[in-house]
Amino acid sequence: MTLGVVMLVHTGFDRAAQMVRHWSDAGCPVVVHVDSNVGKKAYDQFVQSLADLSDVRFCARHRCEWGTWGLVAASQEATTLLLEEFAQVQHVYLASGACLPLRPVQELRAYLEARPDTDFIESATTADVPWTVGGLDRERFTLHFPFAWKKHRRLFDRFVQLQQAVGYKRAIPDGLVPHMGSQWWCLTRQTLDAILQDPNRATYEKYFRRVWIPDESYYQTLARLHSRKIESRSLTLAKFDFQGKPHIFFDDHLELLQRSHCFVARKIWHDANLLYQVFPRPSDPSIASQEPNSSTIDRVFSQAVERRTRGRQGLFMQSRFPSTDRQNCIAAAPYAVLHGLDDVFPDFQSWLTKQTGAQVHGHLFARDRVHFADESTTYRGGLSDSARLRDYNAKMFLTNLIWNGRDDYHCFQFGPSDSQDIRWTLAKDTQASIWVVSGAWSIPLFASGRSASDVRAEAARLQRIEDLFLKRLRSPQAYARIKITTLAEFIEAPMEMLQSIIDEIAGHKGNALTEVPKMADLKGFPDFLQDLKNQGMHPFLTGNITVGNTGKSSSPQRRKPYVISQK
Amino acid sequence: MPVADRTKQIASDDILLFCTFRNEDVRLPFFLDYYRKLGINHFLLVDNDSDDGGHDFVKEQPDVSLWKTKGAYGEARYGVDWLTYLQGKYADGHWALTVDVDEFFVYPFCDTRPIRALADWLDASQVRSFGAMLLDMYPKGPVGQAHYQRGSDPFEAANWFDPGNYIMSKNKLLNNLWIQGGPRARTFFASKPKQAPALNKIPFVKWRKPYAYVSSTHMMLPRGLNLVYDQQGGEKTSGILLHAKFLNTFEDRVVEEAARGEHYNAGREYKTYAERHGTDPDLWCQWSEQYINWRQLEILGLMSKGNWA
Repeated sequence: MTLGVVMLVHTGFDRAAQMVRHWSDAGCPVVVHVDSNVGKKAYDQFVQSLADLSDVRFCARHRCEWGTWGLVAASQEATTLLLEEFAQVQHVYLASGACLPLRPVQELRAYLEARPDTDFIESATTADVPWTVGGLDRERFTLHFPFAWKKHRRLFDRFVQLQQAVGYKRAIPDGLVPHMGSQWWCLTRQTLDAILQDPNRATYEKYFRRVWIPDESYYQTLARLHSRKIESRSLTLAKFDFQGKPHIFFDDHLELLQRSHCFVARKIWHDANLLYQVFPRPSDPSIASQEPNSSTIDRVFSQAVERRTRGRQGLFMQSRFPSTDRQNCIAAAPYAVLHGLDDVFPDFQSWLTKQTGAQVHGHLFARDRVHFADESTTYRGGLSDSARLRDYNAKMFLTNLIWNGRDDYHCFQFGPSDSQDIRWTLAKDTQASIWVVSGAWSIPLFASGRSASDVRAEAARLQRIEDLFLKRLRSPQAYARIKITTLAEFIEAPMEMLQSIIDEIAGHKGNALTEVPKMADLKGFPDFLQDLKNQGMHPFLTGNITVGNTGKSSSPQRRKPYVISQK
Repeated sequence: MPVADRTKQIASDDILLFCTFRNEDVRLPFFLDYYRKLGINHFLLVDNDSDDGGHDFVKEQPDVSLWKTKGAYGEARYGVDWLTYLQGKYADGHWALTVDVDEFFVYPFCDTRPIRALADWLDASQVRSFGAMLLDMYPKGPVGQAHYQRGSDPFEAANWFDPGNYIMSKNKLLNNLWIQGGPRARTFFASKPKQAPALNKIPFVKWRKPYAYVSSTHMMLPRGLNLVYDQQGGEKTSGILLHAKFLNTFEDRVVEEAARGEHYNAGREYKTYAERHGTDPDLWCQWSEQYINWRQLEILGLMSKGNWA
């Protein structure tokens, strides 16, 4: 019993010839099909280069365009010849000129001899696998495809749409259940004979000629009809990228390929000299009975697909520039925006750092300069503290900051005195948690000691800016986690929000608060607000602040903090 | 005007390198070495009126074709016009790498796969153009003290870079990304960020006759070639041009170019250097990264393997 090889070749003739010799030297007869697009000179040269091999034949040639019937016609032609000429062949292996045997061919033969009735062909029903590119799975069996997908994409798509629109469906011949899978199979003589001599072959052919990418479905479907025993997997390791194109193996894949114990791999880069030199590996009885296992390679290549299609969240770079109009997850990691809290608690930043260990920045968007957590002039990644540079592209300043330090949780103070370009980004970003104490800007004005008439204009300006920010936060497009409370509500029960903030930042590591930050001295604050009102400037964002509620919280130390964690 | 025309040697699938230079004798030997090792088959160089030994050096190289011109660099759109002519004539159907003498192309797997592997893979993926951001490399300490020896690797002296301060926006007209940032934006242009030099580059292209670079190698026509980035969240494969500008050679260049005023906007960039920092700036900061290899740049997110594995 022998293994025979059908090899489809359209380019890279020197490598193809090398592969033919590998198979032939190991005692496998080979029938080669050369694409009829190949010129006479190249073809003759190729045939000549293999003239010394007695068990090699060249079959009649078909035109092999990707995704068309020609590829099936070619393998039918070659298989027929192989089965006729070499009676001893029991298994037929379909390979290409870029398929490289990784293990000694003897090991493959032994493997097949131990499984004389098994057909190795990946074959799955279209309903169950989402493999296909372009969304055509079931429909590739029920529509017409007269236009080449690669050359006339627009016509191809239009025609598909037209058929979909009119609800056109071709009838699938009786008895056939469409299956598809890798085009690289290894079938038994019996199964192939049954397929090639099927009384209905003409009907099936007529049907499959019009199926899209028939080389991935013709044998896969018919084997289901005739095979005694199908192992639905390919013995050829072939990985595909997100567009359905085969991945190429290079010299630096050597170790991966070695560890896979696969019999054959494709596609091998034409100039991967090291791979062509090392494989097929010499026979080694200690590993001769290893089962193929490509899980490591699978992982590497599916990571590549993942990187190409999904990329790294929060990274904006030269070849990844997701449109933020269409997506709401902007930064690389969750972060917190603390609006107004440092007005209520003058040393809030150092207190929060102590409580959480997070990167607690000052006002990143302050108008004078960027106040990084460590007040340095440059920060991770080489970010400058220049306000001008930051405002030139505020959104990317933020995404860079979070990306560079994505292992840490970042929080920063924000308020109406800051540069406001960033507010839309903050409101939209699902990574942001925004904690707002509205009207808190009035406390520094009060603490400045200036009279209400002096600060009236400034207060009105800050309130206007903050109000705009709040409007953004309340818009339907605001996807951030947002908690807004008025200054009056906040100072009545500050612990509640503080505990929520700590829990959110520190996660499970958060402890019940034992130490409360020191609140600004609010003695006389209600009078100040009343004065503002008397000047005609109503601080409506602060809520209703009375002597009562300021008095209570101006001495929070006396209250025993008792908070039930939110989580 | 051709000085050494060896273009007959160019085979139909050769990978070509295009470059203009002026008084770069000291850099040329390493430059040619570096790109020969990557697998460039033929160099097409334009000498802009050099008066040092560089001209004679490259003239004798067996894989170089050399043209010489006396036209002013600024008039011929920073050298682009000369190259566009040569590219149209010789690069049609070839992969063409267009770089300056101080730009060193790094792409995923460049330590194990020659540039032909990249070209073949791009062909198989039906990608026509390949982006590589310019990454300014600098020494630790004053730039003037990083002495560059003819023939040596410039990144032995200048092997630091800024890892995460690049900003970008989309140019609606030509669809390219406009990238700025890095040490130059941080030190020289903090107060006028709009003028900071562009870092987006598209140096590697499967050339067709009508193609043309618009401004240096920053953007191209037709516009489709500028789409070297993904907008749905995925990452396309991209590389880096390591920029060996900040060495002791920088000082002389600043003085000369500021006086010549022939670069972009009458050499505004060079004038800024001269005004702001004298000619011997120190670009290093505590967040600078020391260069190791392309994998480091990939992990930092400056370039991407995309779906090349």
